[in-house]
Amino acid sequence: MTGRTAAAEAGAAPEAAAPGGSRPGRRIRPLNSAVPARVAWALRALSVAGPVTAWWALSASGLVDPTFLPSPAAVWAAGTDMAASGSLWTDLGASLGRIGLGFLLAVLISVPLGFTMGALPWAQALLEPVIGLLRYLPASAFIPLLIIWLGIGEASKVALLVLGVVFFNTLMTADVVRQVPRRLLEVSATLGAGRVRVASRVVFPYALPGMIDAMRVNAAAAWNFVVVAELIAATSGLGYRITRAQRFLQTDRIFAILVVIGLIGLTIDITLRLVRARVGRWAA
Amino acid sequence: MTLRLEGVGKEFEPGVPVLADLDLTIAPGEFVCVVGASGSGKSTLLSMVAGLTSPTSGRVLLDGREVTGPGPERGLVFQTASLYPWRSVARNVAFGLESLGVPRERREEHVGRLLTEVGLAPFASALPGRLSGGQQQRVAIARALACSPRVLLLDEPFGALDVQTKEDMQLLIRQVWQDVATTVIMVTHDVEEAVFLGQRVLVLSCDPGRIARDLTVGLPTARSLEDKRSPAFLALRAEVEDLVRAEHRAHQARV
Repeated sequence: MTGRTAAAEAGAAPEAAAPGGSRPGRRIRPLNSAVPARVAWALRALSVAGPVTAWWALSASGLVDPTFLPSPAAVWAAGTDMAASGSLWTDLGASLGRIGLGFLLAVLISVPLGFTMGALPWAQALLEPVIGLLRYLPASAFIPLLIIWLGIGEASKVALLVLGVVFFNTLMTADVVRQVPRRLLEVSATLGAGRVRVASRVVFPYALPGMIDAMRVNAAAAWNFVVVAELIAATSGLGYRITRAQRFLQTDRIFAILVVIGLIGLTIDITLRLVRARVGRWAA
Repeated sequence: MTLRLEGVGKEFEPGVPVLADLDLTIAPGEFVCVVGASGSGKSTLLSMVAGLTSPTSGRVLLDGREVTGPGPERGLVFQTASLYPWRSVARNVAFGLESLGVPRERREEHVGRLLTEVGLAPFASALPGRLSGGQQQRVAIARALACSPRVLLLDEPFGALDVQTKEDMQLLIRQVWQDVATTVIMVTHDVEEAVFLGQRVLVLSCDPGRIARDLTVGLPTARSLEDKRSPAFLALRAEVEDLVRAEHRAHQARV
């Protein structure tokens, strides 16, 4: 909005109704009004079917060169072709192995670190500035360094993943741990529980659902970093397969791999949601 | 267990005392209620007896030994239940006994007895989230009692409950006090509650909090809700209300 119109509006304001005056007939609804279940399901179906239909219509219309936008049928064929040849499973296995190892390492580092930061104010003061800074360094910018340090093998790829996840997960874990109510800690102390006992029997169970939530958010980032790591100097993995397909202009294969990446990500997300729902039943 | 406060004062900011010059002796088994306008530092007083806040000056003594930290001989109940939401009712009550290393069988027996005392035996395996506010406070009381505290500290424990539930809880806490013979110190802003429950009512002044009046409640030990309508009760209640109101007005005039 320009300064001129803002001034004009301000000038017009006195002519409007008295402040707080109600306009009859105007219906006010809360922002978060509930949607009927049927409508909600229809919207969910539309959320998936809409873009797929648009994709199908656009490629069927012939307006776009199939090299740029392959049809859904062509993508399906490319996918089944890669599955039949076995390359899809090899690449998928390589990518899943990397996220499995890298994410496990990141969790093993960040959860104890974040827990300590959240529970002990001195650890917070010591670690938060440096981790808060490191978090803003883009992990992808470390790829050249990681290759110099660790070579082009597995180590540099796993390291990228750890680097991309560990700082975020540390800070998010610390936040969750800090949210344990002070009253709960005080009551525990009056019940004879020492610091170690309070940490293990009160803070940890209270924070666990939140820590799993943090992991779920960061697992999405980890999955992204696997693919990024494989775009450069890899000889296997879904990211590697994308660069291969690019060289031969096989956009149908690129699309098929993107679909697989999306589905795996969704599976990771749903799995962690289920784990969280089970662990955090008491919070419901 | 005799509780003594000797010249206790507390400043959270230097030069701004919240409590000052508190001298107080509470005999074993007494039921003492502390009332005062908001800002009189009554919760801080309780927190110092619990050992969660250390006094800036003076000493808190339990049977002559200085309080330096929290301990299971001083049980604490807050206004909001602050239960362990992932633990069942029985396991909430058992928490202190686990910390003290009481063997499982004795733990279960003791927890069972306490749940019966507070009327929650049928809810032993329920999660706190399924309970009403009054039931949650019963769990909190049972949990504090589990460690057989010599002093039970109640910080506005019924402040968030509806009137009927509150009355049930008042009768319950009187009953518990008579059954387990522990000292009870209860902070409340409800004057009627203080006079109904306490043998003694301490009225705190504001800016800083001092003991403005130390009243003995001359009502019979066996009290029923009807006693709240007796002339003696009403007169005492009016007296305490006037004191609290005067302190509140003085506090308002200063800020």
